[in-house]
Order: sequence, then structure tokens, then C-alpha cells
Amino acid sequence: MPLITFVHPDGREEILDVSVNTTIMHAAVAAGVDGIVGECGGSAMCATCHVYASVDQADVLPPVSAVEDAMLDSTASERRKESRLSCQLHVSEAYEGLVLHLPETQT
Amino acid sequence: MSAVESIVVVGGGQAGLQTACSLRDEKFAGRILLIGDEQHLPYQRPPLSKALIEGKVEPDALTLRPSKFLDDKKIEILCGDPVVAIERVERRVRTRSGASSAYDHLVLATGTRHRPLAVPGADLAGVCYLRSIGDALALRKRLAEAEQLVIIGGGFIGLEVAAIARKRGVRTTVVDIAPRLMARAVSSITSEYFHDHHARSGVTFLYQVKIDAIVGRDGKVTGVLLNTGEHLKADLVLVGIGVLPNTELAIAAQLTVEDGIVVDDVLTTSDPDISAVGDCAVFPCRWADDQPRRLESVQNAVDQARTVAAKLVGRPKRYASVPWFWSDQGDAKLQIAGLTAGHDHVLLSGEMGDDVFSVFCFKGGALVGVESVNRPADHIAARRLLQGDVRPSPDHIVDFRFDVKALEAHARSSAAEARS
Repeated sequence: MPLITFVHPDGREEILDVSVNTTIMHAAVAAGVDGIVGECGGSAMCATCHVYASVDQADVLPPVSAVEDAMLDSTASERRKESRLSCQLHVSEAYEGLVLHLPETQT
Repeated sequence: MSAVESIVVVGGGQAGLQTACSLRDEKFAGRILLIGDEQHLPYQRPPLSKALIEGKVEPDALTLRPSKFLDDKKIEILCGDPVVAIERVERRVRTRSGASSAYDHLVLATGTRHRPLAVPGADLAGVCYLRSIGDALALRKRLAEAEQLVIIGGGFIGLEVAAIARKRGVRTTVVDIAPRLMARAVSSITSEYFHDHHARSGVTFLYQVKIDAIVGRDGKVTGVLLNTGEHLKADLVLVGIGVLPNTELAIAAQLTVEDGIVVDDVLTTSDPDISAVGDCAVFPCRWADDQPRRLESVQNAVDQARTVAAKLVGRPKRYASVPWFWSDQGDAKLQIAGLTAGHDHVLLSGEMGDDVFSVFCFKGGALVGVESVNRPADHIAARRLLQGDVRPSPDHIVDFRFDVKALEAHARSSAAEARS
């Protein structure tokens, strides 16, 4: 059950105790984290679960797939090299301490 | 429209919930009451025919927003108590339990229900539909024990389930009244690809056939009788022949209804105090020469909800979002941008044999939509391209060597130049 921190654009932090066997997007939505929308339900179709992962943590995350790469071109907030779609991040114990920054807007 | 302080949303699907959430995003401070007829909090339907049937997710994971979120947003929600009447003069709705709620503006997001198969035997045990969580759980259970599945209707839902059934080793036959798969939604070239794709995994197809009856023994289905005289054995039948809009409330309230609740380009019904959004709404569609259309999709539900929310806080804007759809059928991900029905010319990019390609569909020399299989970059670029004002011709697409992303970037910079 890794602890994952969401940082809102205003600096406010929310820390979730997330179970494995889910995605970051689903965990955030289930916990009611404002700022993760996930309107397509995790099918990598809508790019409304965009997060910025800290660069120094990038190696615990899986590589960006072709689908995710394409979708990241259509995020509402600027795409950066730390950009990920949280529906494509399947939680594992390795995510302990992960810090994810939420973009200004998802839509 | 006078000052709106209280908004009632009828329908607890994605369009209804999104309307409530978007109203709060738009800083609407009045009362929001969402009334749904299902017991469950609003949930995602697309995974019902995909991950839920496969057993990859459980129903709780499909909940769109938890009650804590709704509480925080001060969105009141009433589940399992359907609205039975709209009293337009008094501007009230009444629910089955007798509860009555006043509105300044009413949003109808009543959705659709499955089109029933009207043949003898359609009520036998083992004849399933797929629309709700309950339907999906029942189908999942039966699929685990099934040996011979007949799917009536070669649309998105039927084909998604066919792919999962074949993975489980269930003998699967798809029968369709049309001459090809997904005939209303995709080009014939894409239909052909999906025929081959599923046939390779062992699905049998029968086209241009009708169902005369479903036959059974001891109340349980044993087969399907076709108009050709053929008798297909089956211990499970899935009916996926489309949906019907839920318009009864609107009809009873004497709103204008055709194949859905008729709205104008800002999604207002024939009553200025009532809007309609999502699968139940017929709107003048920019992507169909402004002809009335009803679209069944997540995109349409979400974008129409946002359009209505903006209107209700005083920023009316014509609904003109690019339609998009997707369907996961085995390892083939179909993504559609635009509406391709009625096209008169197609160009194929990529190799169907490699399971990676896009079909560019044109009408009157202008691009109207792109159907992509396992080519997400084309899909995303096509959505952006169609949202702009440029309608590329076939020559245009060829000049850019089918690089939609480059074409879209070029169209955007040309538009910017024209403005400056």
C-alpha cells in the first residue's frame, strides 16, 4: 500500500494510501482528488488524468507507450518531459513516496 | 432565462453527472439535484463490455465519482428513485416515491435502453443484453459457463464481447442483418478488417440474416432459428442490436421528440427552461451538415454536459465538438474521429495486414473523419485537425504523406498567419 502524494497547482498536498492492482487515475478518482478527471475511464482516450511526475522518480515508472505518447500531445495543460497519463500507471510497491504534480487544468 | 438558482438533472449516467460537475466547475453556486433510476452511483459504461466482462475490474472501480466528492461539491444525488413526471408549468419533477423537486432549469440526461429483440423466445434464460452493471455481471457469469455463444448484432458491443469470448475458448457466432460489421459507424474497409481480425481468432459470421425465433428447453435457451431456416445451437445469446432513447418523460411533458429529445444548437429543448444532453438528445450536428443527429458516446455526453453548464452560467456557445469514439476488440484498438457515415471516398494509410492503419474518409472532396486501428497518433491529430476550420482534400493528405500531425500543425500555423 504505497503512499502517493498529489500536489495541487496551489501547493496543497493530498496523500493517498493506494492499493496495488489499481491505477493512479482510479485511485485518485475513488478518493475524490479534484484535478484528476479520467472521463474515458482509463482507456487512454481523453488525456484528462494528466500528471507531472518528478524527474528523479521517472525510473520507477514504466516507459511511455505509443498510445500514451500520442495522447500526451492533446493534454489541456502544457506537455512537459515529466508528463504522464495516470491511467497508464499501474500501482506497485515501487511507487512508495511518489510525488505527482497536478496540472492547472485537465479540460 | 430568468436567474437560475436551482437545477435538477434527470439521469444518473455520465452525461448527468458531468452536467452537475461542470456546473460546479463553472462556479454555479445554486442547488444541484441529480436524480437517477439506478441504485448505483453514476458509473462508466464503456468498461462493461470490456474490462468488467473480462474480470479485470469490479463494479466499484467503475464509479465515476465517490459520494465524498459529490458531498464536497454540494451535488445532491437521489439514486433508484426515477422521475415519473415533469410538471412544466409549476417547474417541478415528481419521482416514483412521490418526492417532488422544483427547478429553475431542468436538464434531461435520460440516456438510452437496449433495443429489445421482438421474436418468440426472447425471454428465455440465457438471452442477455448489455447496458447496465447488472447486465454485465450476469453476462460475465454465464460466459464463464458457456460453450456456444450466438451474438445478435455485429456492432461495437457484440464484437468486443466476441473477442473476449474467443479468448475463453467459447464457440462464437455473430449474426447481423446488415451485409457488414458496424455498418452504421465505420467504412466498409474497416468492417472488412474487423471481419478478418475476428475470423482469425475463430469467430463465425453470418450476414444479412434475420432471427425468426430463439428456441429453448425447460425455459433455457438452446438455439437461434434464422430466416434462412438455419438453426444455430447456443447456450448463451447476447443481443446487441442498438439502443432506444428514453423519451417517455419528454413525450409526456409534450416536448418536441423525434428519434430522441430535440434540442437546438445550445442544447435547449422546445421548453426554454429544459435542456437535454447525451445519448437521449437530437441536436443539429455540425459534422452532419447541421442535420439532426443523436450520438451515443462518452465524448458526446461529456462535451454536451459542459456546453449546457456554460450556458446556464450565462455563456451560451454552440455545441460543435468533434465526435470521437473507441472500441477495444481483442488487440485491435479502433479509434474514430469525426463522423464517417455518408463518405464518398477513402484513402488507406498503413497496412491492414500489420494491424496498424488509418482510413481517411472524405465527402465532397473534404475530410469528414478518420478511422484508426492501433494508430493513436493519427487519431489524436485528426481530432485536432477536424476541430479547426481547414477541411483537407485527399490531395492534401497525400501531399503530407498521411502525416496527420504535420498537416494539423501546418493548418494551425496557416490559420494563425491568416489572422495576423
